[in-house]
Amino acid sequence: MTCSEFVELVTAYLEGTLPADQRAAFDEHLALCPGCETYLEQFQETIDLLGELPEESLSTPGRERLLEAFAQWRRTSGGDGP
Amino acid sequence: MTGTTDVRDRADEDDLVARLRAGDEQTFAALVDGWSGWMLRLARAHVPTPSAAEEVVQDTWLAVLEGLDRFRGEASLRTWVYRILQNQAKRRGVRERRTVPFASLTPDDQGPTVDPERFQGPSEPHPGGWRRFPEEWPEHAALSREVHEVVTTALTVLPTRQRVVVTLRDLDGHTADEVCDLLGITVGNQRVLLHRGRAVVRDHLERYFTGTPTRSEVS
Repeated sequence: MTCSEFVELVTAYLEGTLPADQRAAFDEHLALCPGCETYLEQFQETIDLLGELPEESLSTPGRERLLEAFAQWRRTSGGDGP
Repeated sequence: MTGTTDVRDRADEDDLVARLRAGDEQTFAALVDGWSGWMLRLARAHVPTPSAAEEVVQDTWLAVLEGLDRFRGEASLRTWVYRILQNQAKRRGVRERRTVPFASLTPDDQGPTVDPERFQGPSEPHPGGWRRFPEEWPEHAALSREVHEVVTTALTVLPTRQRVVVTLRDLDGHTADEVCDLLGITVGNQRVLLHRGRAVVRDHLERYFTGTPTRSEVS
């Protein structure tokens, strides 16, 4: 496996979807190549950073509008119905 | 994504839907609070501004209320809400940019994800080997404001489908199977979109950490 092949297989490796022989070749390359080891680490770090992006939330007026809409919907649809 | 309103269990979900239909405002408020985060992110993957995303989420909740009596539980509530969101987002996003069907890959999804110039050519000693190893990134605080901005900017330049997949997988923590189900794509295509999107974000981080230009700036 070359480095240029290695970098294209990183997600498949992390997902655990590589066939056994490719996975063995990937692990072997990883053990021997500091450049690809760094690449894999940075790829994992990228995924970690993506996961740390803060959650967004609705604006307060937006949230209130929805709760009003719900109250309105409850009145007009008669809630649970008969 | 494991909030208190995260419904995994069928019985929980039936109960939740029943309470909504009965007009239980607390249930609705909890659901809005619990789900609007991922809904905003996903809407943002389709429309260009935060305010447009907020409108998409608002419209989605209104459509959810309107359709609640028709909800039959064939898909999970979350999947059903997601599909409504996607329709709302597309309807709005279509004015800004052409929407691409998810099922097939496009030229955006092909070719190497790392600049081929960084690897040795066929006449060099190690064809396909790094010319120079990627530079180590400096130690950095988990998610500083600046790094946050680099990652957010990288997400905005991704082709829509890659951005949606990265958002679902890496920001919201959905599994590959869930994403395939939500988007109606194959496992293989999901992986391609995810890998390409992540590689672009890594490229932006590399440029930020090491001061090297990104591919798009070089070409």
